[in-house]
Amino acid sequence: MDDQRRQEYWRKNVRLMAVLLSIWALVSFGAGIIFVEPLNEITMAGFPLGFWFSQQGSILVFVALIAVYVWRMDKLDAEFGVEEVEQEVHHS
Amino acid sequence: MSAIQTWTLIFAILTFSVYIYIAYASRVSDTAGFYVAGGGIPAPANGAAIAADWMSAASFISLAGIVGLAYNGYAGGVFLMGWTGGYVLLALLLAPYLRKFGKYTLPDFVGDRYNETARLVAVLAAIVVSFVYVAGQMAGVGLVFQRFLNVGTTTGVIIGMAIVFFYAVLGGMKGITWTQVAQYSVLIVAYLIPAVAVSAKVTGVPLPQIGFGQILDELNGLQADFGLAEYSGAFTQISMPNMILITAALMFGTAGLPHVIVRFYTAKSVRAARYSALWAIFFIAILYTTAPSVAAFTKLQIIKDLDGTTLADAPGWFNTWSDVGLITAASGDPVSSLTGTFSYTDVAINNDIIVLASPEIGGLPAPIVGLVAAGALAAALSTASGLLLVISSSVANDVYFKKINPQASEARQLMVGRIAMGAAIVVAGYLGINPPGFVAQVVALAFGLAAASFFPILVLGIFWKKTTAAGAATGMIVGLSVTFAYMLWTLPIYGGSAGILEIPPTGIGTIGMLINFAVTMSVSMFTKAPSQQMQDLVEEIRYPGRTKLVAQHAEGEV
Repeated sequence: MDDQRRQEYWRKNVRLMAVLLSIWALVSFGAGIIFVEPLNEITMAGFPLGFWFSQQGSILVFVALIAVYVWRMDKLDAEFGVEEVEQEVHHS
Repeated sequence: MSAIQTWTLIFAILTFSVYIYIAYASRVSDTAGFYVAGGGIPAPANGAAIAADWMSAASFISLAGIVGLAYNGYAGGVFLMGWTGGYVLLALLLAPYLRKFGKYTLPDFVGDRYNETARLVAVLAAIVVSFVYVAGQMAGVGLVFQRFLNVGTTTGVIIGMAIVFFYAVLGGMKGITWTQVAQYSVLIVAYLIPAVAVSAKVTGVPLPQIGFGQILDELNGLQADFGLAEYSGAFTQISMPNMILITAALMFGTAGLPHVIVRFYTAKSVRAARYSALWAIFFIAILYTTAPSVAAFTKLQIIKDLDGTTLADAPGWFNTWSDVGLITAASGDPVSSLTGTFSYTDVAINNDIIVLASPEIGGLPAPIVGLVAAGALAAALSTASGLLLVISSSVANDVYFKKINPQASEARQLMVGRIAMGAAIVVAGYLGINPPGFVAQVVALAFGLAAASFFPILVLGIFWKKTTAAGAATGMIVGLSVTFAYMLWTLPIYGGSAGILEIPPTGIGTIGMLINFAVTMSVSMFTKAPSQQMQDLVEEIRYPGRTKLVAQHAEGEV
């Protein structure tokens, strides 16, 4: 990769991270804590929604966020042609 | 010997034999194998190992009790979100880059990216955090042996030490990793079977995560009858700002714990490091979404079982656990002081028994109880071995090889690593038999300390090339001292002060972390930028695949 391609790769990586981390904060600190009281007014399958987010939902979203990250980074690596060399990562 | 004891013994012997067999099959002969399993662990296995490493005796034995009893439902969310949310930070901000850097330990990265002072601070912090943690695990092993097999705590801890000694000294990281894969399987099966059985029995829904919703109304109602706050009600125990601070301290602390970070070095490649994080959170989520269900189901059952009962007709589980002093009268006196009829609010139930007693409370047969005991042992032993590896590699690699004898041969380094491991096991065992009174408190605080010391300098070291050694060292020291001083000031056993703005000692790590970020960044702006070569190196770890500078650096040529 030349310098310009590298910057492009890094920019896309950082943008993906920013989006995923915003969702991470919105779900845990947002739905699970800050907005828990209004959300608790809604009940789904027996759960007050805010309570569900703090005990179940946020954890499920965390799994989904990392899954999306892994999937998008695979695509990004392929797009920039760095995926074939990944087996060669050194170890001292 | 009762049926429960027989089954516990059978499961303990069975699982221990498996661990020993795996250890023998995966013994190692070089330092790369000993420290990072040769960097050749496939992602699903590495994920399971991370999950077992992460989920300690506390997660397995105490989590459900903490959520259900001590934190009355909603407030327990700080632990559920805090101990899982950190993996998002690890996966996105640290794991791929640290793997690309390709060293053996956390202090290795700190030392190479910054300087030798920073390395020493990191070694010290890593060893202290790990010892505090490991003492709790050994005590957990002792508890299980004492309760289920009726042998003394000391004997229990010594048996645990012997098992860990065998596979950790022989197989290093490779032995530990493959054993942890087996231990994860044991602990998750042991956790899920009673949870599924109880959910199916009470609600007819075999998925505890769903069945959980069916009983919340009833639980809230019962709690209201006893004058307790709603189980699902928000902020009945912890205020909103403190919920945020404590959750954040646990999340950022998770992402700064040395024994978790080191696991990403064992992955095959950068891509495998990312996938390891995914598998890890998946395996952890299975237990962490089940735990709050177990908490609710067991609490409901306990309240019902104890509704206006008398000592004479109290349920079996009540007698079993009050005999060992883990259930007492609410006043702290033995249950024999209870006269006439009593209910849930008249007794104090220890958090640690919720999971261990859940099969009995749910009326499940003896083999299941034995399996749960084996699961608790697996959780404690797997975490203990991961922590012991951090201690031994910090001593052998970061102190002996990097500081004392850089000419040491492979064989010699390996021997020092094994001796350090053996010594660490002995110290850990001693701490497990004679736990210092403050251990329980300090384990919860270790996260705050990790958040305030490691997390900012790791993230800045990767994402901001201009972070300087002086900045990182100052940030780490200031963040750590502020956090530590505040904890000493507010902890009940020391000062017991109310602190500033009622911030609890468990939440101060978040503030310490913000201070660390601020200090590291401002000092870095006023000190000489790192060398061009270091900046190029940081640039290179941002891309997967083999790159020249990182490879040279790994070979020790740069």
